[in-house]
Amino acid sequence: MIGVTVVLMLVCGLLFPCLLTGLSTLIFPRQAGGNLITVDGKTLGAEYVGQEFTEDYYLWSRPSAYHYNVYVEGEDGKQYYNDGTEFPGIGSGSNNYAPTNPALTERVEVDIEAFLAKNPTVKREDIPTDLLTASGSGLDPHISPASAEIQIPRIVKASGLTEEEIKDIVAENTQGKVLGIFGEETVNVLKVNIEIAQRMGIQ
Amino acid sequence: MLQIVLTIFIYLILVIPVGIYVYHVAAGKHTFADPVLNRVDGTIYKICGITPQNTMDWKKYAVSLVATNGVMMLLGYVILRVQSIGLFNPNGIGGMEESLSFNTIISFMTNTNLQHYSGESGLSYLSQMMVIIFMMFVSAASGYAACVAFIRGLAGKTKDNVGNFFSDLIRITTRVLLPFSIVGGLLLVWQGVPQNFSGNVVVDTVEGAKQVIAMGPVAALEIIKHLGTNGGGFLGANSATPIENPTILSNLIEMYSMMLLPGACVITFGKMVCDRKRELAAAAISDGKNTAISKKAHRSRIVWLYGREGRSIFAAMGILFLIGLGVCFWAESQGNPALADVGLSQSMGSMEGKEVRFGVAQSSLFTTVTTSFTTGTVNNMHDTLTPLGGMIPMLHMMLNVVFGGKGVGLMNMITYAILAVFICGLMIGRTPEYLGKKIEGREMKLAALCIIIHPLLILAFSALAVGTPEGLAGITNPGYHGLSQVLYEFSSSAANNGSGFEGLADNTLFWNITTGVVMFFGRYLSMVLQLAIAGSLMKKRFVNESIGTLHTDTMSFAVILVFIVYIFAALTFFPVLALGPVAEHLTLWA
Repeated sequence: MIGVTVVLMLVCGLLFPCLLTGLSTLIFPRQAGGNLITVDGKTLGAEYVGQEFTEDYYLWSRPSAYHYNVYVEGEDGKQYYNDGTEFPGIGSGSNNYAPTNPALTERVEVDIEAFLAKNPTVKREDIPTDLLTASGSGLDPHISPASAEIQIPRIVKASGLTEEEIKDIVAENTQGKVLGIFGEETVNVLKVNIEIAQRMGIQ
Repeated sequence: MLQIVLTIFIYLILVIPVGIYVYHVAAGKHTFADPVLNRVDGTIYKICGITPQNTMDWKKYAVSLVATNGVMMLLGYVILRVQSIGLFNPNGIGGMEESLSFNTIISFMTNTNLQHYSGESGLSYLSQMMVIIFMMFVSAASGYAACVAFIRGLAGKTKDNVGNFFSDLIRITTRVLLPFSIVGGLLLVWQGVPQNFSGNVVVDTVEGAKQVIAMGPVAALEIIKHLGTNGGGFLGANSATPIENPTILSNLIEMYSMMLLPGACVITFGKMVCDRKRELAAAAISDGKNTAISKKAHRSRIVWLYGREGRSIFAAMGILFLIGLGVCFWAESQGNPALADVGLSQSMGSMEGKEVRFGVAQSSLFTTVTTSFTTGTVNNMHDTLTPLGGMIPMLHMMLNVVFGGKGVGLMNMITYAILAVFICGLMIGRTPEYLGKKIEGREMKLAALCIIIHPLLILAFSALAVGTPEGLAGITNPGYHGLSQVLYEFSSSAANNGSGFEGLADNTLFWNITTGVVMFFGRYLSMVLQLAIAGSLMKKRFVNESIGTLHTDTMSFAVILVFIVYIFAALTFFPVLALGPVAEHLTLWA
């Protein structure tokens, strides 16, 4: 019994992951390494990991219970989320609010008001469902095309780029359904924002 | 809607060749990979000192299974406790605390994969590989081995030989799980799942802040997590994270990997039982007696790829699955009226806790699949599901027969089938027979015991949790949903599923110990009892089909089976479901 245990542990627990690492590094080096996006030698993020954006000239992501693991270093040497609460280290997930939890409705209400204040041209009922609900992972890299579209007037105003330009950037980073059937249409927020930053000459 | 239908349609096509292959492995027949794998197996047998020809009766088989699992747990526990050593630990993770290690090790050995830790901060890469990935292989292989032994018992070629546990364990690992994992793992990497040994990466974001991004041997864990219907994620948020499940294709790959082998199990069952009938027929030919029977048996093999007995079981499971899926998808599409009240449009359905790339359709499909096939991986947060949408996964874990995990679901369904022939026998005055054997007092007692353990574990422990302050302390959502959180946790543990209403603050002594105990008994008690049923049936003589025999290979039997399952579920679980999800639904839509 001990023999079987040890042999299987080595085969399944060591040999297999090492073999797979070797093969994937050989065949798909970019994906195996985590799909990091590098611009001019600087790594800015990963293609499939969302980021939190606060500036008016960037496309905003969905709310995240873990703020996409984005943090700043405070003067006291501690790490903080953008909203000032302390960063407890890497994590993922959601607040797990039940549909009947009053904390959920409260959060959404606050977010709606904040969003309308920054996007005065948008009507309350036009805000798409996904934009103000938190994702399951807290790392969702996407928003729906509708959620991107209603942010465009704000981005145009704050960035100084033309509406055409922003629309093009969004369209370029929109992915359709697989074979037109499977999944949903998505806009990759990080990729859009990297391009906006480049056009604005920030990056 | 169309994507759900297509996903299932493709599944029905894929499951047949996989089922045939698995049947060949289980029955020890020739497969195309034999020239290579026979050598691999031979080497492993030699190192471990196994003689595959040594046959076992059901008792010896069960003891070998439980004892080997025990040794694996012990070794795994030690690794979890000392994982802080510098080996494969670039993120400097510390050792795991005792009660959490206890819970984790039972959780992974029993194929449950309930996680009271978060992978990012709780496990070093050494533990992820040598404990988690290792156990994902062997717990799946153990469950499958038990199922194959059970089927051999039912097919009844000999009086006391159910096979050799060790050779089953190894053959399933080397011929099914490992090759499928390598191919599937590569597909996942192609779609963007990382597979490396480097530490987490810290990047400077576009806005000048910092972001930490998880790395590690994710794809290796990801593929066996689904193939073995295990379900424990590399990261806290499991397959909802775009790191574990970046695209719609990776989502489909993961879904098919968890659906294929449990479905294949049913086909294996159908074919192995079919074998017996064919051999009977062949014997009849050589006696020169009845050629009509042999012709019939021969035709049945060609016409029914699933095997006739397997077909009715598969149909019953399929009906239960589709009903659940329909309700879940409908409930999620309705959205959350509480959010509509504060002015947030619900036109996309209920999106809290879901990923944009999956939307409501792929999320509700994944949710139903993961709890029906008792995997426990999630691509959305089940705690945030609408009340009825969340009731479906809970219900399917309470039933624990809708395909079910590696092998175990089939064993449960057959226990229900035995119950069904017994009840029908009573109602229409026919002799209860299943697969050509008389069902008598001993089998019925074992089956009843087997069916009662599951609700007993769920309901008794839920009562304990809501009756003690330690249990109540875990609840994080107010109102009726709090009860659902408790109920879900124990249903998931008893069904060896492992998904959770993740809001539950469950990394406490109370929750670690109670769920650990539930997972242990939920797995091994029912497994041993079911093997005992098989052991008892194999000793009996085959009875000839007579006019009084209830046919179990028909669609009407499948429908009866569905009703029996629902009736039992309603009798045991309806009161508590009414207090949890149903009450929550009524308040939400009032």
